[in-house]
This record gives sequence, structure tokens and C-alpha cells, in this order.
Amino acid sequence: MKKMLAASVASAFLASTALASGHSEIKIGIIVGLTGPIESLTPQMAAGAELAMKEVSDSGLLLGGSTVTPVRGDSTCIDSGAATSVAEQQITSEGVKAIVGGDCSGVTGAILENVALPNGIVMVSPSATSPGLSHQNNEDNGLFFRTAPSDARQGVVMTEVLMELGINEVAVTYTNNDYGKGLADSFQAAFEAAGGTVTINAAHEDGKGDYSAEVGALASAGGQRLVVAGYVDQGGSGIIRAALDSGAFDTFHLPDGMISDSLTDNFGSEIDGSTGQHPGTDSAGAAKYVELAAGAFDATSPFSGESYDAAALIMLAMQAAGSAESADFKDRIMDVANAPGEEIFPGELAKALQILADGGDVDYVGASAVELIGPGESAGNYRQVEVKGGSIETVKYR
Amino acid sequence: MSVADRTPPWTSSGTCRIGFRLSRLEDGLDFLNAFVAFANFVMLPAVAYGSQLALGALGVTMIYGILRFSNFAHGDTMAFGAMATILGTWWLQAMGVSLDPFPTALLALPAGIAATAVFVLITDRLVYRFYREQKSAPVILVIVSMGVMFVTNGLVRFVIGVDEQRFADGARFIITAREFKELTGLKEGLAIKSTAMLTVVVAIIVVAILFWFLNRTRTGKSMRAFSDNEDLALLSGINPERVVMFTWIMVAALATVAGVLYGLDKSFKPFNYFQLLLPIFASAIVGGLGNPIGAIAGGFVIAFSEVTITYAFKKVAGYLIPAWEPQGLVQLLSTDYKFAVSFGILIVVLLFRPTGLFRGKAL
Repeated sequence: MKKMLAASVASAFLASTALASGHSEIKIGIIVGLTGPIESLTPQMAAGAELAMKEVSDSGLLLGGSTVTPVRGDSTCIDSGAATSVAEQQITSEGVKAIVGGDCSGVTGAILENVALPNGIVMVSPSATSPGLSHQNNEDNGLFFRTAPSDARQGVVMTEVLMELGINEVAVTYTNNDYGKGLADSFQAAFEAAGGTVTINAAHEDGKGDYSAEVGALASAGGQRLVVAGYVDQGGSGIIRAALDSGAFDTFHLPDGMISDSLTDNFGSEIDGSTGQHPGTDSAGAAKYVELAAGAFDATSPFSGESYDAAALIMLAMQAAGSAESADFKDRIMDVANAPGEEIFPGELAKALQILADGGDVDYVGASAVELIGPGESAGNYRQVEVKGGSIETVKYR
Repeated sequence: MSVADRTPPWTSSGTCRIGFRLSRLEDGLDFLNAFVAFANFVMLPAVAYGSQLALGALGVTMIYGILRFSNFAHGDTMAFGAMATILGTWWLQAMGVSLDPFPTALLALPAGIAATAVFVLITDRLVYRFYREQKSAPVILVIVSMGVMFVTNGLVRFVIGVDEQRFADGARFIITAREFKELTGLKEGLAIKSTAMLTVVVAIIVVAILFWFLNRTRTGKSMRAFSDNEDLALLSGINPERVVMFTWIMVAALATVAGVLYGLDKSFKPFNYFQLLLPIFASAIVGGLGNPIGAIAGGFVIAFSEVTITYAFKKVAGYLIPAWEPQGLVQLLSTDYKFAVSFGILIVVLLFRPTGLFRGKAL
């Protein structure tokens, strides 16, 4: 009996060491621009991702007790060559199983094309928003995901808002840069697909004194509302002023660049009845995430929550697939991110791992209310607003 | 209905006649609607913009006529004048002075003109006089004026900042589009901004004073004589420094008025005045450099072509020719090309009539 006990203890010990040697450490890369244009944001992003990894490691529940080690890399945000070589080095010599990143759209595309695709490694970007990264025809072999919405998504949301208000004919003016043109074009495509009419889609230059010619053309084209995809501190306000002055339009629809306090400072109740939307959520996840960070870093910094979510999704998918290999778990990311299943908020990763280990299903909500749509990108959360009595009021979150 | 009511319906062809009259009436209304839309989006903005350009071009043309160089610093002189006036306006507003319904800036205008005159006279004394005594070629003075432009540019930004400043107060509108629609029952509204009206009225007054000064006063005549033939003017005992001084003071006045009117009607932002330089020079050259009437005409030609060529005539055409429903916008050029219009006119005029419409000096 004694012998048997000893043998079973020994075998259990052996088994656990075997397990440990097989699963002891999973490396996940974090490639963000630790230097470069967004270097003020990236420390909080990396800290967010590492927070999720630590939470999972501490729980001891991932794939039978594996730990997760983050490997930081600098994408520089702008230098595709540097970002590519960092990713290459992480995959080939460090042996990372997945990558949280990249951050900026350009380098993210470069890493995906040159490193992640050939090596078959899953990437979950917390902050790349270019519509060009939406791989509608599976050009990414199902390896690329993002917890930030594509810029094109706002065009779709804007269409839904306007259609619900019964508006099906609008004029559009946009600020003449990548943001304005991208938003205006994606909106036009979505609006026309939904049966609406865009009477004119014209650019305006920022920083001019006089927009009467632009407004003249917009007024002539007509429409129930004028969509101003610009900046409130730039030409956007000039367009609204000229449109109000000439009586061309009374109400406007305003996307994120236009929603701010200066809007109501400039126009007050003159634009009552105007509508708009900008990114925002009333989900409890954001507050829980701040609580979880416990002041170790600024958890309200942009894309920090998305970074936590990106890392969490990777690890939950690993658990769901029962494997740390990208080829196995890439198909499970959508499953853990979306309904059905138990809702998971920040700080509840251990619970999620347990549910998945028991064969259950989870619906990861996380810090940024993740809902993956289309080719694996966040649907984003938008706050729909209306100008009433000279102030911006929330209609609802969508 | 009033026209139809006057036709006695009991006459033998009553109904038919009413129908006929009504359709005539609607044709008339369509024509009115088309006219109002055109006036609201093309005529009024172009008249206000044209007046601002004309005042600016007058300053440029006077420098060219009398001091014989193209003053690239003119746009920024306008900005300086507007800045000085804005500072005065703010002071007046802080003191509780107001000229309601007119903008307070009008009260501050004389002080702004005085400050600008002092500024340009100092510039002349420090910079231009040296080159004048050297009898430098005009092209050197042009480059010198660019230097002055950059310094003025920086000075204005240093004092008031690069951001947009609003200083317009008083009534914004003489009639708003909505009031006009309710008043007339037309489908199209006509908004008349008080600043646009003010621009036109002030421009007319300033131009009248300028012409009276040039044609009737002794100083004005000596300036014209100096412009026509410098040597002859010197021989007949005209003091050149006096002529130069008066020219600068008048240019300062014109620039300040133009700058303030533009700022009131649109908004004040230093960079906008720099951008105004192109249409102002186009106006002066199209009209004929050195010719004051040409400068005014040029201002309106440029303003009307910029606004008319980039206007989408869909609505107007829809009223005038109801049977024709245009699919496109009936727009010759997209509004992106607004500045290209000034360039285009400039090139055409320089190619075919280098002296400008009103026979100024050939370039």
C-alpha cells in the first residue's frame, strides 16, 4: 500500500513534470511603437497586455498550468523595416506563439504580410484602424484580428443612425485628408447600399476664411441633412457657420471629429436637432479595467483596454482550442469573443479559463466591450448624440 | 392666389383662364426662386468678397503705381491692420462701449489705421528707403517686400497668436434666410449678412474718398504726377519723400479697412491673409497694375469668377427649366479648384492683354 502510494505520487510527480516541460511557458509577443509618434500611448498598451498575461499565469489554469511570458518589441509605429525585423526575431529566435500588435496601421500591415502570414502566427492588433486591414477575402488566412474598430465601421454606424431617423438623402462634405476622405467614402458606400442617396460628396480644405463657395455647391445638391466629416476646430465649423448663415442647412450629422465642447460653444442652440456619433461605451468593463490596473499605469489611456483585450482573447482562444499553436487556436478567437456564453469582464480571466476547461462557452466583453465582426475586427462602440437646447446629449449607445 | 382672384371665374372661359394664370404665376415664382438661390449663393458672397479684394488690390496697385514695385507684404499688412483694430475693439468692448447694431470694430478702425500707418512708415524708413536711394531694380524691391512679409507675418502671430479670433458683434443679419422665406413665401431663402452689407457700403465710401483725394487735392495730384513721370514731377518741385509718405499712409488705411472687413465678414486668422495675396494680386493685374479703377473691376471679376465657376447650378437650372432634371450638379469646377480660377484668369490676361483690362502698366 505504502509502495503503491509512493508509486502514484511518483507518477503524478512525473506526469506533472512532463506536463510542465510540455506547457511550462508560452511566449506571446507585444509589438508596439515604444519609440516614435505614439510613444506616449504604448507603455500603457504594453502594460495592459502584460496585465492580462500575468492574470492568466497567476491563475495556473491555462492549458493545465502553463505560464505566459510577454516579449516586448518596438514597432516604431512608422518604420516597417524595423517592425518586420523585430517580429521576425520574436518568432524565429524567441518562439512566440502569437503577437499582440502591431499598433499603427502601416507597420501592422507590414508585419502581417512579411512575417505573420509566412510563419502562420496569429496577430491581434489593439489599435490599427485602417480599413485596408479588413481582409474580406481571407487574404490573412484567418490570422489577423483587431480589438479596435476599422475606420470604415463608423460609416456603417452613421448609416444606421440616419436610417433610423428616417433620413435617406444627405449631402456630405469632408476634410481633405485620409481621415475625412476615408470616412466620407465608407459612409457613402454604406449609405447607398442601405438605399440612401448621397447628393454630393465634396471636400473642403481646413483653415480657410470663407466657405461660401463650398456651401453653395452643397446647398445646390440639397439633402435632408449635411454630413460634416471634418474637424470642429478647423474647417468643419467654418462649413457649419456658412451653411447656417446662408440658410442652406439647419441640421447636421456629425461624426467623431466634430463632437466636442467647442461645437456647442461655437453654435449653441443654432444647430438644435443635429445628430452625431463618436466612439464611446457605457459598458462596465472599462471601469473594472481601471480598478484592476490599480494605479500601476493609466488604464484610461487610449487603446490600453484594447491591448488587455487583445492578449486575453489570444489566451482564451488557446484554452478553448487546447493548444498554444496559432494554427489550432486561430479559429477559436471569434468563438470566445462573441456570444453565446458567459460574459467575461476584466479580472475574470481565471473564471473564463475554468469555464473553457470544463467545456463551456464564454462571451468575452473585456475592457472595450469586444464584439468581433466581419473578418475579425471589433464592431466598436459608439455613443449616438443629439444637440438639444444648445448642449450635446446622449441618445443611446450602439 | 391674388392674381387668380382678380379674374372673374364666372366669365365663359373662367376655369381655363384661372389655370392659365396660375401656371404663369408659378413660372414667375420659379424664376424668382432661381434668382433668389443664385443671389444667395453667388451674387451676395461674390459682391462682398469682390469688395474686399478690390480694397486690397487698390493698395497693391497704388504701391505699384507710385513706388513702382509689387508689394508682397500687402496681405500681411492687412493682417497687421486687422490685428491692431481687433486689439482696439477688445479694449472698447472691455470698456463697455458698443455701436450696436453696428460692429464695435468700426469705432476702433481709425486707431487701427493709425497704428498700421506708423508701422508701414517705420518699415519704409528702416527697409525700403535704403533701396529707393540705391535706385534698386523693382525685382529687388519685390524680394525685399517678401522679407518684410515674413517679418510682419511673424509679428502678427507673435502678438495675437495663430488661432482664429472672433471680434464681430452687433447684429449678424439684416434678414435671415428663414425670415426671408416667411416674408415672401418663396421656397428659397435669401440671407443678407450685415457684415456683407457693411463691407460693400464701406468699400464704396473708401473708394469715393480715395478718388476725390487723388483727383481733387494738391497732394493727390502730386502723387499722380509722380506716378506718371517721376523726373518731371521732381523738376516741378514735388517733394518725393512727402509723396512716398502719403502713399504709405493711404495704403495703410486701405489695407486696414480691407483686413477688418474681411475679418468681420469671415473670420480673422493670420494665415488667411497670407492666402489672400494671390487673389489680390490677380485682381490688381487683371484690372491693370497701377490703375485704381482697374483694381476695383479686377476684384469683382476675380470674385465673381471664383464663385460662379465653382457653383453647382443644379438648383437654379431645376427652377428655370423644370422639364430638365439634371442628374449631375451642373458644376463647372469642383470647389477644390477655387484658387486655380484666379491663376487661370491671371494667365489668360497676361497672355492676351498684359496691360490688364484697364490699360495699367505692362509687367
